[in-house]
Formats: sequence, C-alpha cells, structure tokens
Amino acid sequence: MNTGALGKPYQNGEIIVRQGEVGNCMYVIQQGQVEVLLRKGQTDVVVAVLGEGEFFGEMALFDEQVCSATVRARGEVRVLTLEKRTFLRRIHEDPSLAFRMLEKMSHRVRRLNDSLNAALGRRGALR
Amino acid sequence: MDSHLELEDGSHVAVMGGGPVGSFFSYFLLQVARRTGLTLHIDIYQPRGFFAVGPKGCNMCGGIISESLVQNLAAEGINLPTPVVQRGIDSYFLHMEVGSVRIETPLQEMRIAAVHRGADPRGAKGNTDCRGFDGYLLELAVAQGAQRVGKRVDGVTWEDGRPQLKTQDGHEKTYDLLAVATNVNTPALKLFEGQVRAFKPPQSTKTYICELYMGRETIQRSLGTSMHVFLINIPRLEFAALIPKGDNVTMCLLGKDIDKGLVQSFFHAPEVTQCLPADWQVPEDFCHCSPKLNIRAALHPFADRVVFNGDCGVTRLYKDGIGAAYRTAKAAAITAVFEGIAAEDFRQHFWPACQYLATDNQVRRIVFAATRQIQERRFLRRGVWRMVAAEQQKAGGLRRMSMVLWDTFTGSAPYRSVFLRTLHAAFWGRLLWETLAGCCSSGLPRREGKRS
Repeated sequence: MNTGALGKPYQNGEIIVRQGEVGNCMYVIQQGQVEVLLRKGQTDVVVAVLGEGEFFGEMALFDEQVCSATVRARGEVRVLTLEKRTFLRRIHEDPSLAFRMLEKMSHRVRRLNDSLNAALGRRGALR
Repeated sequence: MDSHLELEDGSHVAVMGGGPVGSFFSYFLLQVARRTGLTLHIDIYQPRGFFAVGPKGCNMCGGIISESLVQNLAAEGINLPTPVVQRGIDSYFLHMEVGSVRIETPLQEMRIAAVHRGADPRGAKGNTDCRGFDGYLLELAVAQGAQRVGKRVDGVTWEDGRPQLKTQDGHEKTYDLLAVATNVNTPALKLFEGQVRAFKPPQSTKTYICELYMGRETIQRSLGTSMHVFLINIPRLEFAALIPKGDNVTMCLLGKDIDKGLVQSFFHAPEVTQCLPADWQVPEDFCHCSPKLNIRAALHPFADRVVFNGDCGVTRLYKDGIGAAYRTAKAAAITAVFEGIAAEDFRQHFWPACQYLATDNQVRRIVFAATRQIQERRFLRRGVWRMVAAEQQKAGGLRRMSMVLWDTFTGSAPYRSVFLRTLHAAFWGRLLWETLAGCCSSGLPRREGKRS
C-alpha cells in the first residue's frame, strides 16, 4: 500500500483546469502526467504534456485573466495545489521563491519563439 | 569588524552538520552562487550517515513537514518522493475528553508529509523502502555540488581571521565561511565557547518521542491519514500527538519532566486508547528518544565569516522546526552571496529572518498559554469542541476556530496571524455562545467518527 503520496489524486481524463474559467491556483505535479489542451473550433488539441515536478496555472497568479488552456489528467495523476493568495504572500516574503517559475516561464517563451521561427521558416521555404 | 568580506570565485565554505539546515544552506548557497556565476566549494561535515537504523541514524524529531514547507519546496522544484514521505496527511483529529473532532486540510488534499528523519526506527518490521528525509536532503545538496566529509569536527580555531576546522584524525582546513548547522543535542556548540565572543547558545528543554510498530494496514484502519492531537488533562503534559507513518506511529509528548509514569498515563488515557486498535498492546521495547528542543533563541548567531543556523541559532518553538531551518538557511545563503559574510552583513540581512521567528515565538507563548487554559478547564474544552464540530459539519462558511487550531497544530501560519484571528469579535462571540450552550445542555452535538 502506497501511503506516501502528496497532493490530490485525479483519474485518467479528469479535468483539473478548464480553459476560460477563472483560475486562482497554481498546481505542481507530484506523480503522473497531464495534458495541456487548447480549444480550436469544436476540438481540443494537445499542445503539451507535463510530468512530475512541472507546474501549470501559474499565469493565474500574475494576471486577472481566465485560464488560457484546459489541463487534463493523463492516467492517474497527483497534483499539489497552491492557492493564489497564500502563495503570493509567500513570494512577497521571499521573492526568490518565484525564481524557478520565472526560469520555467522563460524556457516556455524560448520554446515558443523556436516553434514560431521554425513555422515561419517552413512558410518561407514553401513560398 | 571588516565590513567588506565576501565570497569570491573559488571560495571554500564549511558546513558543520548535514541535517536539514546544513543541507538547505548548502543547496541554496550553491544554487544562488551558480546563478550569479560564482563557483564555490562546500564541505558538509556530517560524521554519521542517515542510513543506520534507530536513533544513530536519526536527528530525532516528530518528522512533520508542514503544509507551507511542502508547498514552498514544490515551488523550489523539490518534490518529496514517495519513499521519503511515509504518509501524506490530509487532516487533524483533535481529541479531548469531551469528544474528538476532525479538522480537514483546505481542498481535502494530502498537504502535510509525515517522514522519518533517519532510516527505519529500531526494531522496524515490514517496510523496506524507507528513505529518511535528512538523507534525501543531503543527497540533494551533494547533487548540487557539495561534498560530504564523514568526519567529526573536534576543534575550531582561526587563521588570519578565517575559521579553521580540525577533524578527529588531525586534519586541518581553513575556510572563507563557516556555517554552523548542528542541532542542540550535540556537544559541537561547546567548540565555539570563547571563539565567537557575542554568541550565546540557545536554551533547550527535553521532549519525548517514540516509534510504535503497528503495521501499515492497521494504521490505515485506526489512525488513517490524520495526525492525532491530544488536549487532555494529564499533569505535566502540555501537548501530545500521534503521527501515522508507514508501518510505525510516532508519538510525541511535550511537557515538564516527562518520565515513564507520564508516558504510561498517556498510553492508558481513554482518548488515546480509543484511537488505537482494540487488540494492540504497547510493545515491551520500542525505539524512543528524549531529544532537546530549542526553546529560546541563541544570541548573536553570527560573526565575521561565521553564521549559526537552525536549531543552534533561531528556530520555531515546538512546531515546524524544519520550516524554520529552510527559511533561515535560505536567508543565510542569500546574504552570503549577495551581501557579504561579515558580521554586519549577517546582522542586516540574515538576522531579520531570525528575529521574525523569535518574535513569533513570543506570540506562540501566549497561544500556548491559552491552549493550556483550554486543556485544564472542561467547560472551555466543551466550548471549543462544539465550535469546531459545528464548523466541520457545516459546508462552506468561515471556519474560524478550525483554522486557528489547524494553524496552531500544523505550524502552517505564523503565530501572530493565528493570534490576530483570535481577536476577532465573531470568534469570541461564537466561542462564548458555544461555551454557554455546552454548559447549559446535558448532551453534546453528535460525536464525529474517528476514522478518516
């Protein structure tokens, strides 16, 4: 019997965060994987798969916008929830706590830039 | 005092003690230094390993990683793995002779980690994949680039204003910075008598901790995923808790002159026996210890090129000592990299983090005094129990007493925040009402089930 798991369990396919809803938490994956989905027309497209130690929902901490994507459990997953108000208070006390988030967000922006450059390169090659 | 002392590329740092505070300090010092392009060499002096069974491999504490620390570590990228977390805790049971009530975590989530500080307790059976929390943190620090030196430091001297450590084998090495991260149970602090002039070691008191084997399934059935806290009127006993882990339950007692008689009184209290399996007998022999706890902060826990962290400096009173180790170790590491390593640098940038804890501990004394009043007066216990039971049975709404007790027992929030919440008129109004109602009615509200 595994008694040492932290966070909240979600079953395969269960929605953790829904695109368009107001988010007030950040989530850190403790075990398993989640899929990040973007709604395009009538279908959901998987744009990323996140694993242990990665986080999502962090944008809700810094702006008042609704969630930009849906996050769904891929298999059984355990996720630790960090409430916005509590976590922002801790960042206020210790700003270095946000460093890893900034690092990850910076990696994501860099990856997006690379994808954009690659897409623009492909379009240029097709012309 | 030289106020321009700082770490340079290639500086050597010694850390005395490889418990949580020494590992956190090394981990964050190396991490922050790397981010700023500074290469440091850290030696962690930790003579005994954390893999020995029983007290030899254990730093002797209750082994609770608070909700706030679990979350902070997750945000830092340190996710406690399953073999380290013996049991995820999602609730607290408060037991008094007037009744028991369950207080759940916000969002009903496993947010508190019950861990073993060392490897398995003495006489452990069943569990074979136990990984101690201290060993895990030390591995993290080593993975960041620190080096563990498995020798005991038996001399501290100074060479050109730099600390020089001498180990039991006669080896000497001079460092640019020394971080003292020992606990109050070792004689290591005596090495600094007369060496660091203004430093006065912390005051301590003894506590009692033991590990009781029950088996995983039995623990799940009887104690579940809740920590069990007891406010019962046993002379000399201030606080008691049963913490379910993998195959063992950790029992922690705080009080005055805890002896065998007091331990036996606790074991036989009806509030305790009702939590434990009916057919369970107290074993003849079990792993136990009476470690010291820091109850009054050290004075001037810093000097030029020296900083005292965690238990040997300032920590939180009774609760969340590992959380305090994380905060002070990080404050010391950030100070050393960005501000300098002179006494004045530590006074300006590290000491405020310690003072915050020390001031909070003063508030804790008030909170503890109030808890003692509740413990000694049946009508107050009844009022508190009624108020919590009503809050827990009602879906939604403000759970004032539940949250006050939750934060008091878990150490999740600063004590000043807990205290301020108890000053609210609505808190007192409701408590007064429930106390009066408890005195007038012969019966009590429906008793909560004891299983989670």
